[in-house]
Amino acid sequence: MISVKELRRSFGPIVAVDGVSFEVEKGQVLGLLGPNGAGKTTAMRMLACFLKPDSGTATVCGHDILRNSVEVRRSIGYLAENSPAYNEMTVGGFLEFVCDVRQIKGKDRKRALDRVVPMCSVESVYHQTIETLSKGYRRRVGLAQALIHDPDVLILDEPTDGLDPNQKHEVRGLINSMAKDKCIIISTHILEEVEAVCSRTIIISKGRILVDSTPKELKEKYKCSLEEVFRKITKSKVA
Amino acid sequence: MHSFWAVFKRELKSYFTTPIAYVFLVIFLFFSGYLTFKQGFFEMRQADMRAFFMNLPLLFVFMVPSAAMRLWAEERRVGSIELLFTLPVTVTQAILGKFCAAWLFLVIALALTFPMPITVCYLGDPDIGMIVTGYLGSFLMAGGFLAIGCFFSVVSKNQVISFVLSVVACAVLVFAGRPTTLNYLSTFFPAGLVSVIETMSFQTHFESIQKGVLEFKDLSYFILLIVGWIAASSIVLDERKAS
Repeated sequence: MISVKELRRSFGPIVAVDGVSFEVEKGQVLGLLGPNGAGKTTAMRMLACFLKPDSGTATVCGHDILRNSVEVRRSIGYLAENSPAYNEMTVGGFLEFVCDVRQIKGKDRKRALDRVVPMCSVESVYHQTIETLSKGYRRRVGLAQALIHDPDVLILDEPTDGLDPNQKHEVRGLINSMAKDKCIIISTHILEEVEAVCSRTIIISKGRILVDSTPKELKEKYKCSLEEVFRKITKSKVA
Repeated sequence: MHSFWAVFKRELKSYFTTPIAYVFLVIFLFFSGYLTFKQGFFEMRQADMRAFFMNLPLLFVFMVPSAAMRLWAEERRVGSIELLFTLPVTVTQAILGKFCAAWLFLVIALALTFPMPITVCYLGDPDIGMIVTGYLGSFLMAGGFLAIGCFFSVVSKNQVISFVLSVVACAVLVFAGRPTTLNYLSTFFPAGLVSVIETMSFQTHFESIQKGVLEFKDLSYFILLIVGWIAASSIVLDERKAS
């Protein structure tokens, strides 16, 4: 469902993503792992058509990110790093706006809201303005926004960042429950999360893919915890 | 088209869910009235709205950029631009949606000056045609200033910088056409260049519409100005949205 070919993007002299290629199929949950500044967010922003690559391309659900970016954005749900939203809007108003843009009308809209609001546990803050929400609730509103049109592809940039342990558990449960019939990419540097939800993991550093494997295989190969595997790989291969 | 409407609706609502709309409207209505009466509305002893329209360009120089500065600067500062452009919205739809919402907001502000024409009609027998063209000119001028404000809002993430830049740009376009400026310029510029400067100014075109003369050159000036600055905003925004 997602096919990335030689994606490359630099900011001035800094190469953020350096010729990254991979494919993700339906039913897979891909965890993008990497130290800070590894290029995870840049890669995700390019897939979500927010940033244009310098070279290379990608297709999402058969649509090219450069030639058919509106179609790509229609078929994905994207949660950005800091779950940006319109602060002066209420949660309800904000979700209605997303429905407007995504052309979810009438009964479909009601059904979508009835599904997504309890799913992301935002009922209690539905009439509150977004600027008054805690980080955890903002994140959940961001997640609700990304799931409202029930997309086939989900791109979630650090979905559990800022959530308390209970909320983290809920979000992971949510991702697991959707994993079967969607294609999901999440970025994180919480390694227990990778073990809990990802069926495959790609470790990137300095814009390059270092490892493309499954969490289980990695642990078996290196015979240690995922955290140690991460340290070994990112330190030795980058140096 | 639905994306345009969604952006338009959200933007227009956001003026009224924050204090911006109310502060703007109160200040605009106060000064538009104050300047009119200070200019000698009663002393003129004429039932027309010249005193009102005469001061509008000056008021717009400050007021329109203050309504325009947040359009994109705020969006880029808060990061909501990342949300907007990962939804199925094109840059043109977003720019036009926001621009039209802000323009409609200014139209509401202009419409709320209705007690002025009512007063004039009550006091005498004014030329309604001139009042209508006066409002049409003001509407077009608001659009022109707004397009400039929109461009500078795209250029800078900082609202203060975008406000100052658009005030300066609008002021240059207004004052370039004032007789005092033109007289001064004609002392060292050739006549041809002075007349070019005069034609490029808001003042000249606004005054001629306000006099009740609807000429193609005046209408096309405002339309070209709006289209030009909006197109420039789209190009710059497409380049800089993620920076």
